[in-house]
Amino acid sequence: MRLKYFLALSALGTVTAMAAEQPVIGLITKTEINPFFVKMKEGAQQAAQAGGAKLLTGAGKSDGDNAGQVTAIENMIAAGAKTILITPSDAKAIVPSIKKARDKGVMVIAMDSPTEPMDAADALFSTDNHKAGVLIGRYAKAAFADKPVKIAALDLFPGHPVGIQRLAGFLEGFGIKKGDASIVCMQDSYGDQAKGQTAMENCLQKNPGINLVYAINEPAAAGAFKALKAAGKDKGVLLVSVDGGCTGVRDVKSGKIAATAQQYPLKMAALGVEAGLAYAKTGKKASGYVDTGVTLITDKPLAGVDSKDTQAGLDACWGRK
Amino acid sequence: MNARLLDRLPPVSTLGPFIALVVASLFFASQSERFLSGQNFSLILQQVMIVGVIALGQTLIVLTAGIDLSCGMVMALGSVVMSKFAVDMGIDPYVAIACGIAVCTAFGALNGALVTRIKLPAFIVTLGTMNIAFALTQIYSGAQTVTDVPDSMMFFGNTFQLGQTSITYGTVLMIALYVVTWLFLRDTAPGRHVYAVGNNPESARLTGIATGKVMLGVYMAAGLFYGIASMLSVARMGVGDPQAGATDNLDSITAVVIGGTSLFGGRGSIVGTLIGVLIVGVFRNGLTLMGVPSVYQVLVTGVLVILAVATDQLTHKKG
Repeated sequence: MRLKYFLALSALGTVTAMAAEQPVIGLITKTEINPFFVKMKEGAQQAAQAGGAKLLTGAGKSDGDNAGQVTAIENMIAAGAKTILITPSDAKAIVPSIKKARDKGVMVIAMDSPTEPMDAADALFSTDNHKAGVLIGRYAKAAFADKPVKIAALDLFPGHPVGIQRLAGFLEGFGIKKGDASIVCMQDSYGDQAKGQTAMENCLQKNPGINLVYAINEPAAAGAFKALKAAGKDKGVLLVSVDGGCTGVRDVKSGKIAATAQQYPLKMAALGVEAGLAYAKTGKKASGYVDTGVTLITDKPLAGVDSKDTQAGLDACWGRK
Repeated sequence: MNARLLDRLPPVSTLGPFIALVVASLFFASQSERFLSGQNFSLILQQVMIVGVIALGQTLIVLTAGIDLSCGMVMALGSVVMSKFAVDMGIDPYVAIACGIAVCTAFGALNGALVTRIKLPAFIVTLGTMNIAFALTQIYSGAQTVTDVPDSMMFFGNTFQLGQTSITYGTVLMIALYVVTWLFLRDTAPGRHVYAVGNNPESARLTGIATGKVMLGVYMAAGLFYGIASMLSVARMGVGDPQAGATDNLDSITAVVIGGTSLFGGRGSIVGTLIGVLIVGVFRNGLTLMGVPSVYQVLVTGVLVILAVATDQLTHKKG
């Protein structure tokens, strides 16, 4: 009886050992529902299948839910993950948990946005958000040439690195500094359509002469467009944005948004999973910053600014096609 | 089985969740060989400890037929106060922790005073204080996470070895608080008064119970628990997080309801709440180990909440 039990146990042990040979990779997004993260998950799933890895996914309940991400990290370590890809909801608050994971030999790659400090994670795979801003800034500059400009900037929310980088890039691309007199309104949109609309409405109240709008992302841009249309100003105002989601690219196609800088979550995730597979095979960790690319999408190309049209944008977009 | 034995069994409202917890655990154990280990159970306990301690306060309030929406935000305020006091002002960490707990207790007292003195509904009072606590947290912290918290504030996040398993001190504290509250409700006169007030405040008053004092005490005790949860949050996360606790009010109500405590007051138990808290933690952990997206955990939680309230309604009618 006891022997049988022992045999069964050792058989179970063998199965466990065999299963353990398949590398386990964890992907933790900010939320489950944002199409950007859905696409990221899809890319990770494809790459994991192709490479013979098991992918675990987790997420916070809402943007900013650090505790949920901490729990996901712990559960993934418990599940045997040797690589964790994470889009930090809170760049600073997640750092102690990442350190705990790395101390256990887990490779942690920050995806989409950096941890603070950046070297808290082994590597960062992300869109160059500064460059994304520069692209739409240059486009806007080319469109306005030397005409007088009144800018509304719909930012993300205070202190968020992605928001800071995109806006700084936009200003650099446009050739002005923060605090320039041409920026007549600065509002937080939280990257949200409803709040973007409210922000734009308030900006128009403040200065009806606004003729250039920078929106942190396409939902905020869509909200801004609604506000502009309601005020009868949708024709004379140039709206630029960042993201390259399918809805956003369609908004470019229909002329609501003049140009957007497209990022590539699918590629981001695939690269992350490949790095995880390489770590499982060779023990070599990824390090430093890996740029996952950004392209300007517009149907009204301007001289001196590289861009692709909305057809190319729709082929590569994320979200519902 | 005679009637006497039947009477001695726990009520269906507690037994149901317990069976659900056992069944879920067996299912996850059959799906993942990693589930059934001391280390994993220890992990689940430390993951639920913050909501677990908040749910203690929530249970007391729900037993008096009240509800507290402010708990998560009050907890976040406490965590920011204690971490900023220690980091920015250089106050002794233990004093800083005490200050954070005091702030939370004061919020509990404010809730209690508004409910008992001005006779406002708990739902409305705590809706207001939830927003106040949230705003104060954001203003005081500048919406910035407080980092470089001194090590001594993270004591309850540290672990000790029990055989192969490492257990955090915070888990031990949570269990101890459950035992104390359980004994308090079961074996002391004030504990029985909490049930009496929840069951029928008017008849409680007529039997000579100072209902106002009992309620005020309950809300203050709840605030105290939120303060302890703040301390556990700082210990577990290693930071003071102004975004913490955003969904803890609903999570704690979920745990209380799944645990079989009646939203109509007067019936329920601390043990049930612990089971409710564990069910949520077990599903999150188990589904992650299986590789199932965590949104299914939300789905299961929703179903369990409906089942629990339905059970409460049906048994209530019969009784």
